[in-house]
Amino acid sequence: MSQALAAIFAPGFFTSQIVAVAATVSAVAAVVCGTVGVFTVIRGQSFAGEALGDISTTGASGAFLLAVGPLWGIGVATVAAAGVMELIGIQRPRGRDLATGIVLGAGLGLAALFLYLESVDHNTTGATVTIVFGSMFGIPSSAIPPVLAFSALALCLVVALGRPLLLSSVSPELAAARGIPVRLIGVGYLLALAIAVALAAYTIGTILSTALLVGPAATALRLTRSPGRAIVVATVIGIAATWLGILLAYDSYDWPPVGQGWPVSFFVVTLIFGGYLLAGLPRRLRRRATRPDQAGAPARG
Amino acid sequence: MSGAPILAVDQVSVNLAGREILRDVSFAIEPGEFTGLIGANGAGKTTLFRVILGLQAAAHGTVRVGGAPRSRRNPLIGYVPQKFQLDPDVPLRTRDLVGLGLDAHRYGIAIPTRARRARVEEMLEAVDAGGFADTRVGTLSGGEQQRVLIAHALIAAPKLLLLDEPLANLDLRSGQEVVALLARIASEQQIAVLISAHEMNPLLPVIDRIVYLAAGRAASGTADEVVRTSVLSALYGHHVDVLQVHGRVLVVAGQGGELADTSDHAHTQTQVEIIS
Repeated sequence: MSQALAAIFAPGFFTSQIVAVAATVSAVAAVVCGTVGVFTVIRGQSFAGEALGDISTTGASGAFLLAVGPLWGIGVATVAAAGVMELIGIQRPRGRDLATGIVLGAGLGLAALFLYLESVDHNTTGATVTIVFGSMFGIPSSAIPPVLAFSALALCLVVALGRPLLLSSVSPELAAARGIPVRLIGVGYLLALAIAVALAAYTIGTILSTALLVGPAATALRLTRSPGRAIVVATVIGIAATWLGILLAYDSYDWPPVGQGWPVSFFVVTLIFGGYLLAGLPRRLRRRATRPDQAGAPARG
Repeated sequence: MSGAPILAVDQVSVNLAGREILRDVSFAIEPGEFTGLIGANGAGKTTLFRVILGLQAAAHGTVRVGGAPRSRRNPLIGYVPQKFQLDPDVPLRTRDLVGLGLDAHRYGIAIPTRARRARVEEMLEAVDAGGFADTRVGTLSGGEQQRVLIAHALIAAPKLLLLDEPLANLDLRSGQEVVALLARIASEQQIAVLISAHEMNPLLPVIDRIVYLAAGRAASGTADEVVRTSVLSALYGHHVDVLQVHGRVLVVAGQGGELADTSDHAHTQTQVEIIS
């Protein structure tokens, strides 16, 4: 029994401070991403989430050059980018992809410059890999307080916006007719999105951040019918994927090439994707068994 | 005050992008009255709704709701939009959307109290939506969605219910069900209903009054007063024939080149009301 456990949890896993910090930060990021991500998917703003993640590369590399913590650079970049997207008109249906695309291009241009300067400076590409693909085992314990503060801010924002946010995400027409300030609600949501993406980017890497934001939420949408439950399920999936990813990465130090360890982000992202595919299975099987009944109102209940 | 109209539209004109959409539109709706807002596509029905809801400013004229000037968020008005599309995977059950009708304007998340649940349940029964209360709204049929949207609007206990083309995307039977439901609610709960449509025949059996929109202007009264050759000809600005065929009304407003002047979307169907 203990041998089997030892095979799963390699020695030192539960006592490692590096693992504990990674598990804490990733769990907090998963909670925020699960909550915000459900709205992102409902609002069809996954592209904006992806773009904010890519742009956080600029913030992280800028922070590297200035020798400040990457979390701050990432946070400033995503919030600023979200602000510019809002100004260009991300809330107009036609303006959405346009605003996102323009800001994305400009942001990545800067990232190219910063990463180039960085590689000239240090003569390595290590920083680039760390920023873009994340390094959960490299997160210092001093990052926990700001991570918690950012998370609390984003969660409070979503809870406070609550019902008006849900209705304006589902139907802007209905919300506007009830006097809900749809645009203002959208700005508040965009701020929460920027923070969620910053946390995801800090945890699993800037270009992989979208996986943690959208993946668990999209999976939850396949499994649940109500918004509250979708958020809970997305959160649980996010935590499960990151923790399992951390465990596998820790164990992978014993895999070839021995002593190197595989990237945590690879495991996390792969697990999230696998979960999404798995979640589609029951519905597919059910559909095969019980269709066709799409329009049958009286048949239900 | 009991005799005061719930809705009074007085000489309202609206210009959009330099075009005159509505000109001197006036009519009033009494409490509990069922009114049809009839007009071709592009006649200004949706614009008129937006003015009543306070989402569109009028160039001049006034709108009074319940005797007071209309405000941005008016709890006296319930609204069912024409455009409502929800992907089937959006996690929002029928009961969630109806519940949002109760308190979506309040910040924070809903506290699931027994009273709230009972109110939602009661509303679901009132529109015969109990059978799909726990189904995602996005997977419902058009007729079912209309009923859910009506429940969403009614649960806040409005005195005036606006419905923008609720029959446009429904088959004949679902449309009849929705109309019967609305007529029942209007008389039972004394809620005034203003329903827009480009086809008046499905509504004629139940409506008390008609507001007929054409060329940006309106004529109102009972169906017999409004839907006649003299009134509609004056409204369109050219000769119009009103024909009775097997108890149905046909308005033949087409007149060669002038067709295009009265409507941007010169579908013959919008000019000649064809029996479905």
